[in-house]
Amino acid sequence: MNLTLKIWRQKSNTEKGSLETYPISDVSEDMSFLEMLDVLNEELIEKAIDPVAFDHDCREGICGMCSLYINGEAHGPDRRVTTCQLHMRKFNDGDTIFIEPFRANAFPVVKDLVVDRSAFDRIQQAGGYVSVNTSGNTQDANSIPIPKDDADTAFDAATCIGCGACVASCKNSSAMLFVSAKVSQFSLLPQGQVEAKERVINMVNKMDEEGFGNCTNTGACEVECPKGISLDNISRMNREFITANVKK
Amino acid sequence: MATLNSGVPQGDLKEKWTQYKDSINLVNPANKRNIDVIVVGTGLAGGSASATLAELGYNVKTFCYQDSPRRAHSIAAQGGINAAKNYQGDGDSTYRLFYDTIKGGDYRSREANVYRLAEVSTNIIDQCVAQGVPFARDYGGLLDNRSFGGVLVSRTFYAKGQTGQQLLLGAYSAMNRQIARGKIQMHNRHEMLDVVIVDGKARGIIARNLITGEIERHSAHAVVIASGGYGNVYFLSTNAMGSNATAAWKIHKKGAFFANPCYTQIHPTCIPRSGEYQSKLTLMSESLRNDGRIWVPKRMEDVEALREGTLKATEIAEENRDYYLERRYPAFGNLVPRDVASRAAKERCDAGYGVNKTGEAVYLDFSSAITRYGKEQVLLQGEDPNDHNLIKKMGQEIVKSKYGNLFQMYEKIVDENPYENPMMIYPAVHYTMGGIWVDYNLMTTVPGLYAIGEANFSDHGSNRLGASALMQGLADGYFVLPYTIGDYLSDDIRTGTISTDSTEFEEAEKNVKELLKKLVENKGKHSVDYYHKKLGNIMWDKCGMSRNETGLNEAISEIKELRADFWKNVMVPGGLNELNKELEKAGRVADFLELGELFAKDALTRNESCGGHFREEYATKEGEAKRDDKKFNFVSAWEYKGEPSEAKLHKEKLEFENIEVKERSYK
Repeated sequence: MNLTLKIWRQKSNTEKGSLETYPISDVSEDMSFLEMLDVLNEELIEKAIDPVAFDHDCREGICGMCSLYINGEAHGPDRRVTTCQLHMRKFNDGDTIFIEPFRANAFPVVKDLVVDRSAFDRIQQAGGYVSVNTSGNTQDANSIPIPKDDADTAFDAATCIGCGACVASCKNSSAMLFVSAKVSQFSLLPQGQVEAKERVINMVNKMDEEGFGNCTNTGACEVECPKGISLDNISRMNREFITANVKK
Repeated sequence: MATLNSGVPQGDLKEKWTQYKDSINLVNPANKRNIDVIVVGTGLAGGSASATLAELGYNVKTFCYQDSPRRAHSIAAQGGINAAKNYQGDGDSTYRLFYDTIKGGDYRSREANVYRLAEVSTNIIDQCVAQGVPFARDYGGLLDNRSFGGVLVSRTFYAKGQTGQQLLLGAYSAMNRQIARGKIQMHNRHEMLDVVIVDGKARGIIARNLITGEIERHSAHAVVIASGGYGNVYFLSTNAMGSNATAAWKIHKKGAFFANPCYTQIHPTCIPRSGEYQSKLTLMSESLRNDGRIWVPKRMEDVEALREGTLKATEIAEENRDYYLERRYPAFGNLVPRDVASRAAKERCDAGYGVNKTGEAVYLDFSSAITRYGKEQVLLQGEDPNDHNLIKKMGQEIVKSKYGNLFQMYEKIVDENPYENPMMIYPAVHYTMGGIWVDYNLMTTVPGLYAIGEANFSDHGSNRLGASALMQGLADGYFVLPYTIGDYLSDDIRTGTISTDSTEFEEAEKNVKELLKKLVENKGKHSVDYYHKKLGNIMWDKCGMSRNETGLNEAISEIKELRADFWKNVMVPGGLNELNKELEKAGRVADFLELGELFAKDALTRNESCGGHFREEYATKEGEAKRDDKKFNFVSAWEYKGEPSEAKLHKEKLEFENIEVKERSYK
């Protein structure tokens, strides 16, 4: 199929960006979206035009490095996939596709479609861990049975890949889904209980400090999340946050 | 001149590690604060090592090329992690895990290292659970296990098909705790481009800030390479797009020997290629072989009808299916090790029985498992045991709960429903057992320079068993290196901070800058990918699942030519002082173009077949790998001498004192 791409080009964080138009032809529907961009970049290199910079790594939907806001949706029109798993069969011959970076105050553009998501790391550093030494002097793994349902729900929360689609999809650029996924994982497991109060307070404070917006319960994040992280996590975090503050 | 001394301690195999730990030198906590350690890579090995070294008190400086340590490709590991816990009471033990790993590696790994790995494996599970890693559990709340290839017990711990993700996020969280305390200085989006050696010891690295392009000097008392394997030398592999061998190759050029480069794992169950534009291949976890049965049609007319689209796989009668793994290997069936399963798939496809248009695919079929689970559920829930639709529906639910994310991945890529139709799969490059040579301490032939995880060579011989990579990465990082590195660093307590103003740093920085400048100023006519794809084709065709003397000789000369052409005609757009993804790729491909040649040379030198290294000239009558223990019972460790072709071979003889070396059979 033949397509028209409108791609955000921005030389660096300090320069202004704009949408540029690139036609591309003979796109196979079995290509992934990023393979389509690879083909475009090869053509640009041949014409001595600077190729489009975009983040990507594992190309199997798990590393969370790829981003892209495609036709107004984080990771594009398909559901429960990252951009690297989006295939061109979701588009039609003659389509015009708008490709932009994830936009949020807390995610400054680095170049073209690449953004800086290090705010996510800093939130995790504020409390996204269990303070246990890693030198191996722990008790046997089966000494504390964990109900299967709790373990499964904790796992579901823990599958967040930290891509930032929730923030990009939210009109307030809120990071509540991301933060609540980690808070939930630990609040559901006995190992996470000891520091539960400090954790939720520190992580939420850090989130606010990094410039993410407030949650107004639109639910857009859950819809666009490639891993289907549930809004229940946000409720759980709110509960944890309120109790932690009351008990303080 | 570096020499090869594995430094395996004396004594009984079972006591070696404990006794050794008791006897090596320690660094007192106050002195650790004055010692810096650089770690390159943040996968399971690098992440866990960074966290533990920082926790012990060292000042750690960690580097990764991704935008966050959480992105390292360990995250993509699917099926599970082995540990000799024997929770299932099925006869597992440390010795059995050790035995399976040595046998699985076709008797080409170092006994003492493998035993230590098996020994610490149980700690890993304890450790990860304490960190809040949500492993799969049974209804009693205890940890669940499944089985992987090449073993007869269930010792694999898992978290659906995302075990690597959960373990890596565990290591990442442990790192975050130390980053917050200032004990780890994290350098994201940085790529190591050389190691700096001062007075014969590794004392730092040169790294490029991938955002600004700035070339930086970083010093330390020891340098740890945890940058993974070199599977991307094939262009198409299950590795991440950015996975590269640059750190490993640069240290090789500075004196670290490279061991067994030809030992590569071709994983049997990956989604087949679809076209020329293909950028990577996607793995379907080995865990699927717990329940999936692999087959091709028995009759050629069925194969032809499948390719023409006039027949569907589900329409082929049971008696006309060839479950070739069950036929050839009745004892292990579909759960033979990866090298065996891959070669068997290739054998059937080469014979013309491939089931897709390219002729390079076999079926992985879940219908029996769906029926089996469905029947059980129907009985448990008191439903009608003759309701086939209900059986199928309930069976599919169980399969979904076990492998849901893998099935979804398959469906998104192939656009076919694997619950209804069998999956199509074909082998693809997945892991490299070869890597930097290390001794028992995980130190390379350069003092103060360490290699851990997939980047080193030591534990998997010529074939790695499933779910053992995660085990090795975490064992090295959490439990081995943090002890052994102290023995070396105990000599450095009076050294003080290493200056980056020395001529050695200056020289290394100058070389890096010149190389990068050469790449961007070349302005040739072909893109980096053009060369990478060509190299990949040579490697796959001539150094792939089977190799022969003629092909390997051709590979060597073709890679040489391609490398010369690359340096003449490569086109790297953009500049030095900016985010330049093409420049990053160019540096990595330049290194692959050298490594590929050494790979072929190593394969040519090893006149035997073992594990993933299959030389057509050395096979049994049944087509199995035929080792030559008299002549090749050694590790090939290559010393860099200016060009890959001039590399000098050193041999580390392998001693097997606790295991009988025999023909590896899974029949």
